[in-house]
Amino acid sequence: MNAPLFNQVGKIVASFDAEKARADFEILSRTVYGKPLVYLDSGASAQKPRVVLDTMRDFAQSEYANVHRGVHFLSAAATDRYEAARRTVQKFLNAAREDEIIFTKGGTEAINLVSYSYLAPTIQPGDEIVLSVMEHHSNIVPWHFLRERAGAVLKWVDVRDDGSLDIEALDAAITAKTKLVAVTHMSNVLGTVTPLKEIIARAHAKGVPVLADGCQSAVHDIVDVQALDVDFYAVTGHKLYGPTGIGALYAKRAHLKAMRPFNGGGEMIREVMKDRITYADAPARFEAGTPPIIETVGLATALDYLSSFDRAAVAAHEHDLLAYAREQVRQFNWLRVIGDAPGKGAILSFEADGMHAHDLATILDREGVAVRAGHHCAQVLMERFNVTSTSRASFALYNTRADVDALVAGLSKARGILS
Amino acid sequence: MTDNALRELYQEVILDHSRHPRHYGSLDHASHKAEGYNPLCGDKVTVYLKLDADGRVSDIKFEGKGCAISQASASMMTDMLKGRTAEEAEKLMQGFLHLVKGEDASDLPEDDRERLEVMGGISEFPMRVKCATLAWHTYRNAVEEGAT
Repeated sequence: MNAPLFNQVGKIVASFDAEKARADFEILSRTVYGKPLVYLDSGASAQKPRVVLDTMRDFAQSEYANVHRGVHFLSAAATDRYEAARRTVQKFLNAAREDEIIFTKGGTEAINLVSYSYLAPTIQPGDEIVLSVMEHHSNIVPWHFLRERAGAVLKWVDVRDDGSLDIEALDAAITAKTKLVAVTHMSNVLGTVTPLKEIIARAHAKGVPVLADGCQSAVHDIVDVQALDVDFYAVTGHKLYGPTGIGALYAKRAHLKAMRPFNGGGEMIREVMKDRITYADAPARFEAGTPPIIETVGLATALDYLSSFDRAAVAAHEHDLLAYAREQVRQFNWLRVIGDAPGKGAILSFEADGMHAHDLATILDREGVAVRAGHHCAQVLMERFNVTSTSRASFALYNTRADVDALVAGLSKARGILS
Repeated sequence: MTDNALRELYQEVILDHSRHPRHYGSLDHASHKAEGYNPLCGDKVTVYLKLDADGRVSDIKFEGKGCAISQASASMMTDMLKGRTAEEAEKLMQGFLHLVKGEDASDLPEDDRERLEVMGGISEFPMRVKCATLAWHTYRNAVEEGAT
């Protein structure tokens, strides 16, 4: 059972050494504009440890060929690595079966796959999709497609002022017409961790499946898709210290059996004739074409890397950083933190009086501090909080309190320049 | 050096324009109008124009929300475009685009160049050039496609 780790703020766990882990990431020792890099944008994309880069290179240099095609030695070796990676993802998410893991090019493609293959074939005008206002565009736009093209109705669940999700409001939004609840496990802007298990229990009580966007959460917390009983769970490799171009969709076997193919091409067929075609079973059915093989091996290495740590200790470390940063910015009465939900993940979004996020980010950048500024692909949420953009610092296992101090010093400096 | 680049970018003239934008608001009976949008940051600007029959900018206003650079640039633009002929305005815009990209802007008449030079610091910040050019591109859209 994966009890949420987000309640362990302040708990002393000695078994994670961030300084030591930091040394695994070569890029963190570089400078920008002559200042040490302070990377606080892992929520957009995490840096890659040496072992991931080395493994990808070693694999490409010693075992690489196309997968599932040849009978030759290298093809077999590469296929073994590719399928071993699937089992690594299975274990990472605690899926019951390896064929419930579909490799995609990222979280976006994973959600689009559900939209095109699961929902689109059966959706009727007036059918409803329930989603929260804090979804990333990747968990909004695929559903807009169904609204535009098939007459689906999007039902939005608001968040409270602190950014927490109102489970009763969500429950009330689920009706006899609801075909899917699509909700984030952790907001990329607010850091809010949603009560996913409870959401799923409520939705299932009404016979409605749930898709969870796990792109932010999977790196911060242990995910157990069986304990959650989630129907679909999307993750992306590059936020998990892995490479870009690779992600995964977990889907329950029963759903996969009912889903039609998405992309058509090689590897996803059983038999192709002039006048008929039969398709391979999942996962191959949903993995047309040559996959990003090297990246898949890189993803597996990244998951092994992450799993080599005491995950509870990593979570406690990240929460310590968040709590410290939250406390430090209290001194700035011109700064407003957006998202203070209890148990939230290690993301700090804020807006500053008289300072636009882009101006702030430019000044921080010249101090070596990388933060994200903008709407974070979450314009519905921006509208909810009546802002056009925010600045966001997101913390990873390799960040330290010194990084927070650099952020705070940069904020003071920006205030000096801009006001 | 870093600090110099920042100081040049956020110099007083620019901060003043961004805090107290000139010609801010909408224009009744605008002959042309366009909305500009920067998808990177979500910034929006609307440019309203009154063009004479011969294309001269007899009045111009803007409104919108954005960073200091985009607001200052829009404010300066309205200041400088008012009263210009279509040809002068186009030349000014081309010169401005060259200037913020760090390219040769010697085509600009000298007093225009002197006024616009405060925006030259942006060329050191390539990620921000779009902020500076948003209003100008919107102005051009208004002229070309925004007849009301």
